[in-house]
Amino acid sequence: MKLHEYQAKELFARYAIPVQNGVVIERPQQVEGIALTYPLVLKAQVLVGGRGKAGGIKLASTPDEAKRHAAAILGMQIKGEKVRRLVVAEAAEIGAEYYLAFTIDRPARRMGVIASAAGGIDIEEVARSTPDKIARGTVDPFFGFHPYQARQLGRRLGLGGSLLSDFVAVATALYRVCVSEDAELVEVNPLAVVTGRPFDAAGGPRLLAVDAKVILDDNAVYRHSGLPKNEELTELEAAARAEGLSYVELDGDLAIIGNGAGLVMATLDMVAHFGGRPANFLDVGGGATTENMKQAIEIVVRKPGVRGLLINIFGGITRCDDIARGIVDARSPVDMVVRLTGTNEDEGRRILESAGIHAYVDPQEAARRVVALVAHGA
Amino acid sequence: MSILISKDTRVLVQGITGYQGEFHTARMLEFGTRVVAGVTPGKGGTQVHGVPVFDTAAEAVQAAGATAACIFVPARFAKDAALEAIEARLDPVVVITEGVPVHDALQIVEFARRQQVHLVGPNCPGLTVPGQCKIGIMPNHLFAPGPVGVVSRSGTLTYEIVAALTREGIGQSMALGLGGDPVVGLSFTDALRMFQDDPHTAAVILIGEIGGSAEEEAARFISAHVRKPVVGYIAGRTAPPGKRMGHAGAVISGTEGTAGSKIEALQAAGVTVATLPGEVAALARAVV
Repeated sequence: MKLHEYQAKELFARYAIPVQNGVVIERPQQVEGIALTYPLVLKAQVLVGGRGKAGGIKLASTPDEAKRHAAAILGMQIKGEKVRRLVVAEAAEIGAEYYLAFTIDRPARRMGVIASAAGGIDIEEVARSTPDKIARGTVDPFFGFHPYQARQLGRRLGLGGSLLSDFVAVATALYRVCVSEDAELVEVNPLAVVTGRPFDAAGGPRLLAVDAKVILDDNAVYRHSGLPKNEELTELEAAARAEGLSYVELDGDLAIIGNGAGLVMATLDMVAHFGGRPANFLDVGGGATTENMKQAIEIVVRKPGVRGLLINIFGGITRCDDIARGIVDARSPVDMVVRLTGTNEDEGRRILESAGIHAYVDPQEAARRVVALVAHGA
Repeated sequence: MSILISKDTRVLVQGITGYQGEFHTARMLEFGTRVVAGVTPGKGGTQVHGVPVFDTAAEAVQAAGATAACIFVPARFAKDAALEAIEARLDPVVVITEGVPVHDALQIVEFARRQQVHLVGPNCPGLTVPGQCKIGIMPNHLFAPGPVGVVSRSGTLTYEIVAALTREGIGQSMALGLGGDPVVGLSFTDALRMFQDDPHTAAVILIGEIGGSAEEEAARFISAHVRKPVVGYIAGRTAPPGKRMGHAGAVISGTEGTAGSKIEALQAAGVTVATLPGEVAALARAVV
């Protein structure tokens, strides 16, 4: 689960990582009561990236300007996501910008740490154009991430003096956030050198987490209480989740159900190969019951614009007779093609045939058939 | 003898008294796997399908001579069970459980690495050597002994392809499901190394999917070290970026993890990549 910037910063503040003091607002009028010193920065709170380029971040020197920007940003669409909240914070005087993140290093099978002196821009772009500007390491989960390792990393970015001490404090705290909060990603970009507010100017330049990105592990939700509910699920996504089914919305007109993530992905590919456009992806999982199957069909065909349904079941743990009963019970309102093979296949086939439903054995043949059905219906 | 497991492998099932553990223990026994012990804390002294149950893995090793572990315990207890199995030097340790937190998986993987234990999974269907031993949940009736090694990140898709191979009269030396999570134990590269060294394997089928870079790493390894023919299939050519396609690890992030990148890398390494899963058996027929 992705956190909004303001949620990630609340988390960072609990671990003593320096962040700006900000106020979250949902209506432009709320700007008026804010007791912060201008200039202010207003930032759209969305889960998609690229909000700056989309006009979701603005500076304001006066209350009028702030209100105008707030009115413009609140309610705007950024990559299809509606802006419902805005963070208003005192603008910081930003000097050099660094990048720092802990994220899963899949090839190393460890948490990886990534740091760069080229912060403030897309790290993937830095990795492509100037890979020598990126310092990387991995963390042994039993050993942890220690100040001396952070110091070595900071030195590779050219940091020294009190900024190096700041970097060590931020990096070790960020690793603690990552482990204690069960994060897949914790990222600060930019980690900026700031003189003056929100710090005391007399203290000299300090490091400030100007932006914050956190992705929490959905599998570890049970270990944490009071987590926000950020995902805006569509009605069908929510219905599928409530049934324990894995569902992804796509933009075509052919609903797809299968058992097993790889098999369903392959089914989408087959349908596309024969010229069809999948409307969704539904994995009923291993050992699906009659009721699971019935619910699955009812969910996928409810998507507006769906004109056909392909069911691709390879029965292993899943029993074809259970699946067949679910298919018959659900009575698909759209043209349906079924591929059914594996455990208890004969019984499953008999149940379908007595309801007038033919079951294919070859998934490619079934995919071709459903694509043709939808094309003819057009 | 075969790689990783054989007819002599003595399996301990952790979580044997649970619904999944009990069901799949029966299927493994039917297959001919020597399931010699189970563990469920608090249920030591009982039996499941005639298999003695112990409270700890150490007791199971000592009293029943278990050599490998298969874990069915719920996700929140999976780390503890896996660390216990690795500590007891069971090998391989196969984690079937889905939904294990990634920081738990990182610890399990690290401990297996230290103890030099082969870890398979989490979130995997296990592994099968036809005619000898099955650890996990793959359906019993699909397999036939033969010369093709199958390695995959997906369960059902593996069954689909193994069934097609068997229908075509092409048997398997081993089918290995690596698991659908972002952090898992054995990788494609590990499996390819074993298949390259295994005298009973003549060709390899590699079934990948979107997400991560395991297939690209496999391609580099194939170029450098694999002399046996490899046939590939990658699921998710049409998957949109940013969406998790059922498996926690099956997600295209930014420009990384696309099917296109994986197919290109494998083809450049000399792998024949099928466009549809239904073509894999015929491509395998051409090389064995």
